[in-house]
Amino acid sequence: MDELIRVEHLCRDYGDQRAVVDLSFRLHRGEILGLLGPNGAGKTSTLQMITGNLAPSAGRIVVAGHDLLDRPRKAKRNIGYLPETPPLHNDMPVAGFLRYCARLHEIPRRRCHRAVSSAMERCGLADAGDRLIGNLSKGYRQRVGIAQAIVHEPDVVVLDEPTVGLDPIQIREIRQLIRDLGKDRGVILSTHILPEVQATCNRVQIIHNGSLILSKGTDQINDRLAASTLVARFNRAPDTLTLSTLPGISGVEQFGDNRYRLLFDPDHHPGEAVVKAAAANDWGLYELYPERRTLEQMFLRLTGADLSDEVTPVADRRSHPR
Amino acid sequence: MKSLRWPIGAATRVNDMKAILTVAGRELAGLFGSPLAWLLIAAVQAILGYLFLAQVDAFLKVQPSLAATAGAPGVTDLIIGPYFTNAAAVLLVVAPFLGMRTISEELRSGSFSLLRSAPLGNTQITIGKYLGLYLFYLAVALLLALPPLLLQTGTDLDLGKFAAVLLGLMLLLSLFASAGVFASSLTPQPGLAATITFALLFVLWILDWAGNHTPQASQALAHLSSFSHFRNLSTGLVDTHDLAYFALISIAFLGLTVRQLEAQRLQR
Repeated sequence: MDELIRVEHLCRDYGDQRAVVDLSFRLHRGEILGLLGPNGAGKTSTLQMITGNLAPSAGRIVVAGHDLLDRPRKAKRNIGYLPETPPLHNDMPVAGFLRYCARLHEIPRRRCHRAVSSAMERCGLADAGDRLIGNLSKGYRQRVGIAQAIVHEPDVVVLDEPTVGLDPIQIREIRQLIRDLGKDRGVILSTHILPEVQATCNRVQIIHNGSLILSKGTDQINDRLAASTLVARFNRAPDTLTLSTLPGISGVEQFGDNRYRLLFDPDHHPGEAVVKAAAANDWGLYELYPERRTLEQMFLRLTGADLSDEVTPVADRRSHPR
Repeated sequence: MKSLRWPIGAATRVNDMKAILTVAGRELAGLFGSPLAWLLIAAVQAILGYLFLAQVDAFLKVQPSLAATAGAPGVTDLIIGPYFTNAAAVLLVVAPFLGMRTISEELRSGSFSLLRSAPLGNTQITIGKYLGLYLFYLAVALLLALPPLLLQTGTDLDLGKFAAVLLGLMLLLSLFASAGVFASSLTPQPGLAATITFALLFVLWILDWAGNHTPQASQALAHLSSFSHFRNLSTGLVDTHDLAYFALISIAFLGLTVRQLEAQRLQR
């Protein structure tokens, strides 16, 4: 596979505080990499460094074969960046603004028109070319922001929280757009919305306190999240010993009144056996469901946050100030 | 330091020029599209039109006695020189408001990262911003040069002197533009940038007033004062010394801007 970004031992200090600590990773063509982490984890700093907006304290960044520090301009030609707040000029019309962006990225004048119209097409802006950016809604501004990042056909597209503040329909459209972009280039996006990673990315990196604590393909993560426990509730519960002798069950935990968590070996699903035994012994089984670990729980466990049964949905905590 | 490692080939230089012109074009379009700029131009034009009339009036009053004196100063000395000095003073107040937004507005709105992410260096950004602003100032200067040219219909102006004064104003505006871009790079608040620009320009302008009574010190201050250099040009004296002053101060401000932009990327 084509290596588009190589980050080696990247560090960034703000005064005494280390925002990014010894971060290394790679991005290949065709990959959509999700940087996941709580606010203040160092996601934005990392993206700013990759795009040349912030100088690293130490480390190396190579973009499409060009060292970002030695040959910043060659490297930057291959990157499109959408920061948290879209970098827009409110006094310009959409098409004029995109033409300006294309020119900044050294697209020859004669190719500008095509580049601009294809970017507008891809981002669903085809009929908004003459509208003033200052009059656009949040969703449209975000689209112009993405169009700005892809107008010069970069190999790498870097998106910082691309779906924040959009409504569900817009979020779906933007995610589809990101998946399309990921087909023939490399995409890095940062987010703290976990389902977004599962919906769009094919690789996930979790960043916490500036360091990488997990880097896995989304498939692997889904495997890890696959159910390996059943939860059962009985009216007339047997003792745990009886339950643990049922075929396929490797462990039993009691929690709550009559609730049991049944751990099992993935090869021997005990569902049928439990139902049969319950019926035969009149245990009064009235609830049986597979317990699926969510990415939220995994995330919270990895970031050292609380891991009780009551998991606070992370998505609800996104309004924390930085 | 980094720039030395770049291949200084012809292609790079052409790309540099294109990048600078793209930034300058955007800046110019932004200025021409802003109501504030038009308002300020109109105000400047009205104020100077009035001052011009007053100057002509005063000249007509003293004209009979001047005609009787041999070697008396002419129209160009008595009207054009003071008119452009007034213009410089008015622009000193107005220029900060025209230049305040160049970089600070982009820092505030976040659009500056568009320039940082694009394949162009801080030098190109700075020169582009300066050029856009300066071209706008030049348009203002040319508008201001029109009223005195009207005198040419009724009398013979000393066009050499006229050109020297206009050159003086243009050079002064280059200083205004570079100081404005520099102040604008210091803060994401345009209002603060305007204040800083005005303070810088005003101090440079009045620098030689302080030493008027002590000849030794005044020499050094006069060398640094923008007014003393402009005064030479406004009397028709074109001296490389003065030209170099304006060029050097402009370049110094631009150099400081590049450094400032670099420092923001490094931000501790």
